[in-house]
Amino acid sequence: MAGATIPGRLTWQVATVVDVRSETPRARTLVLDVPQWPGHRAGQHVDVRLVAEDGYQAQRSYSIASAPEDSSVELTVERIDDAEVSPYLCDVLRVGDGLEVRGPIGGYFVWDIAQGGPLFLVAGGSGIVPLMAMLRHHARASSAAREGVPVRLLYSARTWDDVIYRDELERLAEAPQVQVSLSLTRDAPADWRGYRRRIDRAMLEEVSWPASETPRVFVCGPTPLVESVSTLLVELGHDPARVRTERFGPTG
Amino acid sequence: MADKPFVARGFHSKRAVSPANRLPPGQYETRDFPVLSAGPTPRASLATWDFTIRDGDGRSVRWTWDELQSLPHDTPTVDIHCVTKWSKFGTRWEGVSIDTLLDAARAGGVLGGAFILAFCDGGYTTNVPLADVTGGKAWVAFGYDGAPLPPEHGGPARLLVPHLYFWKSAKWVRGLQLLERDEPGFWEKLGYHDRGDPWREQRYQGD
Repeated sequence: MAGATIPGRLTWQVATVVDVRSETPRARTLVLDVPQWPGHRAGQHVDVRLVAEDGYQAQRSYSIASAPEDSSVELTVERIDDAEVSPYLCDVLRVGDGLEVRGPIGGYFVWDIAQGGPLFLVAGGSGIVPLMAMLRHHARASSAAREGVPVRLLYSARTWDDVIYRDELERLAEAPQVQVSLSLTRDAPADWRGYRRRIDRAMLEEVSWPASETPRVFVCGPTPLVESVSTLLVELGHDPARVRTERFGPTG
Repeated sequence: MADKPFVARGFHSKRAVSPANRLPPGQYETRDFPVLSAGPTPRASLATWDFTIRDGDGRSVRWTWDELQSLPHDTPTVDIHCVTKWSKFGTRWEGVSIDTLLDAARAGGVLGGAFILAFCDGGYTTNVPLADVTGGKAWVAFGYDGAPLPPEHGGPARLLVPHLYFWKSAKWVRGLQLLERDEPGFWEKLGYHDRGDPWREQRYQGD
């Protein structure tokens, strides 16, 4: 196998960290220069491999946050305390370091503007990351292409400070085709006018398009949220084949 | 394993050492049982549920839920390995061996097959070499940890092929199509490996 290049094979390559951005107290974006990046579709992920001096290795999967149109590949990582990989990526890794990645991976939880809409995105916590790639892809499309594709995002986070990409989401929501609804489940600012509860049937009925509009739906977050939201959407008449899910287990 | 790993500056293991020879490369042990599925969880009625083995010429044998339950049960305790990197040790299942079902299907005139394509409620499919689901290595499982298998983990019944990555253990399974030639299933068409042996780290096509 040494040196052999198998067509279509996903090979490991060393990316360089060219920038890091703190998104929330617990989440950080890594901006990577990947020398031979074949391009990706919004919603895909990469595998990251860390090898220690003694040969010990750990691998994890992280969703890509950047749009296919962006020149660099961005990953947003949420720190899980007492874990092995996410604290390294959030606290130890710095600009100039190398990071082994391979990808992109996954071809089902993906969306291209050519597929059209309406597009309904539901995120819980760091489940926003692959959906952000879709929103950014939408924002970078031509205004003509964007016009026919309205997007609604329903994003549940614990507190205002836990809302990843908060400022950018506010800016994206200024576009007439984009609507962003937030729900803060644990603690909200005194003047908060958004939702303050877990996503439920009434909230989905208010925010989503009716099933008769046949939106494409992408749901990403912790398993209880994804199970509950996808089940409710099917009960509300949405075709299960149009509801695509990605569930975040504990990815330490 | 030809790639020479790049050492990550300042990275050290924080995990207790897993039992020797129990963790395939690139995996970590979890005590949870994460759920991963591509769409909403289907809800099947046991009154109309059935399981079918069919061959390429349309011959088939079919079991209702009660008929499946009346077959001899196995209670395997196995380690499972998900391609998303987690492994879980010592999981306890209850189910019917694929050997038992295939023997009955052969007796019923179902022929051939070097590969299987498992098909499921919700439209999921996965392909597995026949040799990987025979010889006491695979089951149709409907019990987990002493209770009925919950829907989010594939209930009422899922395929259990624990020696391969867990996407091969298709949730909400409804039958097996016997094939003479390998035919990629749902994830396999999207770049995942046709066999998926975790010990050879066959995660993606070309691995």
